[in-house]
Amino acid sequence: MEFMKTVTGNRLWRSIVRHGVVATNRNRVMMVMESLFLHLHSTKVRRRNLEASSHYYLGGISGFLFCVLTMTGLYLMLYYHPSVPQAYQDMKELSFAVSNGVFLRNMHRWAAHAMVLAVFLHMLRVFYHKAYRPPREFNWVVGVVLLLLTLLLSYTGYLLPWDQLAFWGVSVGTNMVQATPFAGKDLRFLLLGGNIVGENALLRFYVLHCVILPLALAFGVGIHLWRVRKDGGVQGSRGTTRPEPGKGE
Amino acid sequence: MDLVKTSDAKAVPKRIALIRREAPARLLEDREETWMTAPHLLIREVILFQACVIALAIVSLVFDAPLEGIADPSHTPNPAKAPWYFLGLQELLHYFPPIVAGILLPALAVIGIVVIPYFRINLEVVGFYERPWRRSLAFLTALVAVVSAILVAYHVWPVLVPTLVVFAAMSLPALPVCPEGVKKWLARVPLADWIMHWFVSVVVILTVIGTLFRGPGWSWVWPWAGGAH
Repeated sequence: MEFMKTVTGNRLWRSIVRHGVVATNRNRVMMVMESLFLHLHSTKVRRRNLEASSHYYLGGISGFLFCVLTMTGLYLMLYYHPSVPQAYQDMKELSFAVSNGVFLRNMHRWAAHAMVLAVFLHMLRVFYHKAYRPPREFNWVVGVVLLLLTLLLSYTGYLLPWDQLAFWGVSVGTNMVQATPFAGKDLRFLLLGGNIVGENALLRFYVLHCVILPLALAFGVGIHLWRVRKDGGVQGSRGTTRPEPGKGE
Repeated sequence: MDLVKTSDAKAVPKRIALIRREAPARLLEDREETWMTAPHLLIREVILFQACVIALAIVSLVFDAPLEGIADPSHTPNPAKAPWYFLGLQELLHYFPPIVAGILLPALAVIGIVVIPYFRINLEVVGFYERPWRRSLAFLTALVAVVSAILVAYHVWPVLVPTLVVFAAMSLPALPVCPEGVKKWLARVPLADWIMHWFVSVVVILTVIGTLFRGPGWSWVWPWAGGAH
């Protein structure tokens, strides 16, 4: 303990973490308020919202999966060339030559599926708890945009291995886009950078998947979390309880 | 100007709030019990995230991500399937023209979900049978009849069945044969929840059929017969 005091008491430590480490309520408040990462939280939370049944942590799980996907994704980018047929060779390389390459790819793939599921379940939770009611209406809209971005991220990533599954999965999807009235053909051309799923499509999906969509999602998540705080915090399961006449909601 | 401090009501008019008996003033102040975020919430989050990583790691060790042969535009697999979360749409494509299944229905679904908080029906927490319901039920019956007719015309059984099942469950309390316990339980469910039950059951059924029960030429196969992949 003397040693810990020396570590946390010196000038260097105190320049990084200004508040003390003694477990006083003041320090606990400072710990949350003064940290860039923790200040997304309020310093106090409703006791009811500490129970898992209040929200099942589905928003947190979605956000956490996004972090896992960003990290494994960056690592995968080191071994990947968005070109035909090198993209597919890279998958083989990842399977046979890269240390833990299979594990890395598996983790990215399953986390992506899990995120689609988690975001959808998060939406259902918010719906059934009536957590979209005023003043949270707009945050619900932001959430729907985030759901769509999640789907698009997963879908653009689907093409990158450049195997039969990827190629035909994307062919089926982009053929559906073609059915859009008036602009269908142009939309598909814009998406694929041509009339077929080829090298240009791979590059476009790569840029969308690795740069544009993750940035858009991170930006959207920022707005979403900001609004959670500004709209009065996580609502939890409170919305389903009925206000009794004459009593507070 | 000096602040006038007097209790003379003629000199300083007082503001009076009139509260009617039917509309009592609500207590808006949040007086719920709160706990410190550090450590109570943070410790829960750390444990949750560790559990997530462990679960993901185990799944990644046991199951390998699929990798088929290199993309070959000249060789179309049969069936060619989209990722699982789009297979509900692909299943619809089997029944409706692409503009309906691929554009119109998904667009309607997204718009329908976006506008949820802006419609009064979704803001009510009152059960469907806890307010005047006869006219609403008659209207809904007509609506379901029209939708069902369209679904029958296009042979969309995977949507028709959940539609009728959910509607049957919803209209059960209106029937005199309904047992009292069931009636009490169903009557509390708001209309918005019924609509969402219907939407979720349709999405789940379409996705499961598209993923597991569709084989070559989008024909019906049984998953245990090894036809779908």
